[in-house]
Amino acid sequence: MAEDIIDIINFQSLKTTGIKVNYLYVCERKLWLFDRGIQMESTSDKVLIGKLLGEDSYPREEKRDMMIDNLINIDIVGNNEIREVKYSNRMYNADRIQLLYYLYYLKQLGIEKKGIINYPKMRKREEIILTDDGAREVEAALVRVKEIVGMDKPPELQKKPYCTKCAYYEFCFG
Amino acid sequence: MRNYYIFSNGRIRRKENTVYIENEQGEKRAIPIEDIDTIHVFGEVDLNTKLLNFLAQQNKIVHFYNYYGFYSGSFMPRDRNVSGELLVKQVEYYLDNEKRFYLAYSFVEGATFHILRNLREYKNTENFQEKIRTEMIKALETNTINELMGCEGRARDIYYEAFNVILKPEFFIDKRQKRPPTNPINALISFANSMIYSTVLSEIYHTQLNPTISYLHEPRQRRYSLSLDIAEIFKPLIADTIIFKLVNNNMLKIEDFEEDVNYCYLNNTGRKKFIKEFDQKLATTIKHRKLKRHVSYRSLIRFECYKLIKHLINDELYKPFKAWW
Repeated sequence: MAEDIIDIINFQSLKTTGIKVNYLYVCERKLWLFDRGIQMESTSDKVLIGKLLGEDSYPREEKRDMMIDNLINIDIVGNNEIREVKYSNRMYNADRIQLLYYLYYLKQLGIEKKGIINYPKMRKREEIILTDDGAREVEAALVRVKEIVGMDKPPELQKKPYCTKCAYYEFCFG
Repeated sequence: MRNYYIFSNGRIRRKENTVYIENEQGEKRAIPIEDIDTIHVFGEVDLNTKLLNFLAQQNKIVHFYNYYGFYSGSFMPRDRNVSGELLVKQVEYYLDNEKRFYLAYSFVEGATFHILRNLREYKNTENFQEKIRTEMIKALETNTINELMGCEGRARDIYYEAFNVILKPEFFIDKRQKRPPTNPINALISFANSMIYSTVLSEIYHTQLNPTISYLHEPRQRRYSLSLDIAEIFKPLIADTIIFKLVNNNMLKIEDFEEDVNYCYLNNTGRKKFIKEFDQKLATTIKHRKLKRHVSYRSLIRFECYKLIKHLINDELYKPFKAWW
């Protein structure tokens, strides 16, 4: 069943970066703005903290920041698993779909691994396995990402509980 | 993060990850790079590419001013905030007359709001206020940028005329002269305006807006004319209120100015007095109504850039900032 869907959708035309798949679950407006190059991340302290955390955690791992097809940037690649390092699990759903997407992407290349999200600050880890349902969810997400970035103006402002923590908060509400 | 102003002559250098400012007497002052927002250089300083590369890597801007305190130019690191789509939109809004006029008028509207707000603070200015309002109503009925600029120019002349009612008589302004300013008040206004200009430019730089494409001013003015556009709103709000304070409280005196043949400019003591107030003003915070947090005057300038971006991407109609307190 899952195989059929993979055949039907044109993966080449849908593939995108992990961050956009992540943003889809965080905020569609943020995804649209980010896609247009209207980025706030460079001035955000939280983004900087996240970046430093990714760089400083797990220094013994060799394969770090693996870039695939100039598109997918995986934090850590192990023999059986790929890992993403995140600051907190507040955006667990977004982190989960991002990792599912990486697993899905790798599967297209004939590589099967499992995923792990590391939350070093919280001393927690979550295991992510790509199931048929997960694959379908990834496909739906990819279609939705394409829809959103194809819009001619940004999706309307929606107040979410975590807006105040977002790098775009002052842009959206200022 | 804050602005650093260098008045003395000397040298700026990088030593490891710190910026050192050294004056002619060899006194050194270390500034951690994280603390720098923008450096303003008024003195005669030497610097090398090692420093510039470091500042570029850390995304820090340096503005340079000439002997007379006029803006000369900036060192701005390679632009990381690029959005091709936004640039296309900026141009589209310039080329479409109606779209351009809307923005141009908005900048004038924001400026006039703050001009009238200033005048209301002083007695015997009602007459001037009335004339300025009349010009603004005329401006609404125009539909070319030229006519709009005409009304704006006349409104501004009336405003400067009112300075003679507001300011102490030593600072009499016969008419606004820019190139060159020939008396203290003109020199002060020019200096204040160049500080606003460079501050707005720094804020624009931190967004994806292209500073050369503007709406009220013509982009062919050989300057970062979008900075001039946005500065209009903030000149009366920030610069002029500081001028009133410095002059009327005797904080600035005639001795703070130097006069050359046909040229008047603020000397270093005068500039320092202005900049002290300017910096304080930029850092002053007010409670933002929508954000529900305290924001500085400086961030209000940044938000103006954000609002313009939102307008250009068809997200939210641009309304010029009007101080509500």
